[in-house]
Amino acid sequence: MAELLQNLIDGLGRGSIYALLALGVAVIFGVMHLLNFAHGELITVSGYAAFWAINAGWSWYLTVPLIVVVSVATSLVIERIAFSRVRGADDFTLLLTSFGVHFVVSAVFLLYVSASFKTFARPGWVTDTYSVGSLRVEVFDTVVIAVTVVALIATTLLLQRTMFGLALRAAAADFDTARLMGVRSDSVIRGAFALSGVLAGIAGVFWLMRAGSTFPTAGINPMLKGVLAALIGGLGSLRGAVLGGFALGLAEVLLRSRLPDSVASLTEGVVFLLIALLFIFRPQGLVAVAHAERV
Amino acid sequence: MLEVSGLTTKYGEISALREAGLHVGSGEVVGLIGPNGAGKTTLLNSIAGLLTPSEGSVTFEGEDITGRPPEDLVRLGLALVPEHRRVFVDLTAEENLKIGGVTTAGADRAELLEEMGERFPMLRDKWTTPAGYLSGGEAQQLAIARALMSEPRLLMMDEPSLGLAPILVDVVFDLIESLRAQGRTLLVVEQNATRMLDLADRAYVLRSGEVVAEGTGAELRGNKDLFDTFVGN
Repeated sequence: MAELLQNLIDGLGRGSIYALLALGVAVIFGVMHLLNFAHGELITVSGYAAFWAINAGWSWYLTVPLIVVVSVATSLVIERIAFSRVRGADDFTLLLTSFGVHFVVSAVFLLYVSASFKTFARPGWVTDTYSVGSLRVEVFDTVVIAVTVVALIATTLLLQRTMFGLALRAAAADFDTARLMGVRSDSVIRGAFALSGVLAGIAGVFWLMRAGSTFPTAGINPMLKGVLAALIGGLGSLRGAVLGGFALGLAEVLLRSRLPDSVASLTEGVVFLLIALLFIFRPQGLVAVAHAERV
Repeated sequence: MLEVSGLTTKYGEISALREAGLHVGSGEVVGLIGPNGAGKTTLLNSIAGLLTPSEGSVTFEGEDITGRPPEDLVRLGLALVPEHRRVFVDLTAEENLKIGGVTTAGADRAELLEEMGERFPMLRDKWTTPAGYLSGGEAQQLAIARALMSEPRLLMMDEPSLGLAPILVDVVFDLIESLRAQGRTLLVVEQNATRMLDLADRAYVLRSGEVVAEGTGAELRGNKDLFDTFVGN
């Protein structure tokens, strides 16, 4: 029982980061039907910003907002340079464009920075733990979960209560009709990329605090988690993406702690197997979307 | 107010609309009738900016608006109630109306919302209901109310009575009548030609992408051959 609770906390911590990444993927998919395989680049780029800042003597207090700002800026620049040119193209073109962005960003860091890991000091409290009864809880997980809850509530309020949120939801449901009402495609798409950048920035802060390093292809792993979680949740559903993130985090932690030692290193493989099974029995993902139609 | 001339719109190689022309004067109610596939929706969508015409021009209050995007046109005062209503099914009735008023300032929007609530009491009861749960008649009223939220000077409607039960068709026509009484300028596509001709000041008949006749309701109905051939029934 105690072990299960322990797994639950660890899983929620891990799942929080995945949920933030997946929500960013889902927001973009909803509004322009782009499955963004370049989402992880936001973390690659802000990772190098963190490397530069920490090694230049910045504290983490200053580096955290820097990471978020760099993530948002990167998101907007990628939209401007790459995705705005293929707006309205078929899904496959959008998909390939996002792969292209990923390769270009990795290549730029490979060529002009370095192929090797760039490390930076992690905040001291990342490995601190405290006890609750028989449980050992990481300070880090606690912070991650709390910040994620706040971020999710803020995103919900933004989507439900503001005209921008309404416009985003309307455009995701039926872009042409939203434009007929006067919703500007530019502002709604850029807004979606900015929102996605903020969410990835918050996820990136935690990802980088724990990793303490970056490298040219550092974005692949967070991208995979975000895209997978969004797929598990049901593409296009924001609620599903969050749910998918937590489900993926919990599944990883549970498998890692429950699988016999000899196969524990295969956790990732087993996770993919479970995802494959999910799609056989529930191809629409956890939360089905009525209008998975092209926007 | 609206002047369309020589408008041609193609889907790939096929011209859905060929050199269509029409004009709508301020305060007029103009009907657009014709059989299925005549290009009525293509014409409205080309005016509203959803489709880009390959030839011809659209002028709205003296300004050339050919090929301008819909989000610009609604700001100029041109609104379209699209075919099949296209309400946002996941958004509540109130949210649908707010989106309709996205181009109006916050205070005006609140006032307009109030006004729509009074004008469409049926919707007032469904304010917080997702539009996907509304009946066909309610959804049509919502679609019209949503378009009115932008305070259009010219309101275009594409088949507002399509798929509605006869009693609700009456409701929609009453609504058009009341909009006309307010002095609004309307351009309405209707498959219910008889009723549209009774209501409209003038009407255009479309067939195979071309405007083949124009006249008042009485004129068009008087031409028995034309009426039977082009309007059907």
